[in-house]
Amino acid sequence: MRIKRESNKIQEGDLTPMIDMSFQLIAFLMVLVNFSKVEQIEGIYLPTAVLAKPPDGAIESPITLHVARTGEITVYGHPVDLTGLTPHLINEANSLVSRKKSPSDATIIVRADRNVPAGKVQDVIRVCQENQFDRFILRVKEKQ
Amino acid sequence: MRVRNSSSVNEDIQLQMTPMIDIVFQLLVFFIMSFKIVAQEGDFNIRMPLAAAGGVPDETQVPPLKLYLTADSRGELQTPFVLNEQPFDAFPALTEYIAGYLGDERGPGSVAETAEIELHCDYNLRYEYVVAAIDAVSGEVDDTTGRVNELIKQIKFAPQTEGP
Repeated sequence: MRIKRESNKIQEGDLTPMIDMSFQLIAFLMVLVNFSKVEQIEGIYLPTAVLAKPPDGAIESPITLHVARTGEITVYGHPVDLTGLTPHLINEANSLVSRKKSPSDATIIVRADRNVPAGKVQDVIRVCQENQFDRFILRVKEKQ
Repeated sequence: MRVRNSSSVNEDIQLQMTPMIDIVFQLLVFFIMSFKIVAQEGDFNIRMPLAAAGGVPDETQVPPLKLYLTADSRGELQTPFVLNEQPFDAFPALTEYIAGYLGDERGPGSVAETAEIELHCDYNLRYEYVVAAIDAVSGEVDDTTGRVNELIKQIKFAPQTEGP
């Protein structure tokens, strides 16, 4: 019987398409990855709006207030009620004054749940107004 | 003249691909793990100073339009809602009315520039309806061109008259 002689050559697969694909995936994910510290809280579902504008640039002295469905307010990671919000705002106002600014220069970003009673959001805005803050941003989700 | 043996030059040089592929896959895994789909968020900018108590009203200022949004016991918006005694069943009709009220004139001194709207909302009205109202009064999107026609820029909340 005749025995075939085995070839000693190493079979090499063509890796080029796989590497191409991997680099493309990396490029795609690099573009979309968001390292910025997005201030979001689980469980807050923002209302949607067509005309809401994405922020043009950095917001000056932002103070983000999250208002949950229950009306609980979260400021700088601390859950507070309406009366507990005032000391935080006073601290912020003092901090702004020490930087030769005024509370009017700061922007209050209100991230309120879509199902929270509107009166609770208005209460938050009123407390901010009482502490001389008058620039507000109502944050919503963009409707496509 | 002595000619060098060039046999070594013709040797097949193999590039080591394994370390590069390792790194590429590690990068890939890192980006996949840190990838998070975040819905695009947008803002409504509102400047709303606290109303001066007991101040004398400015006679030259056009009085604000007043939009009344009432809620049922579950916080749902009740229709019709009322703008300056005019009832509306839906927000698109409200947008259309405001566009007609402001007219085509834009720029300094125009009605559109000075118009102001005051939202009177029931305490327990769900916030999404307030945002929908702000969305409706602040502009409209032209379906053919996709351009936004800005309407009322000055929006404020009326003080709450009743608690929860």
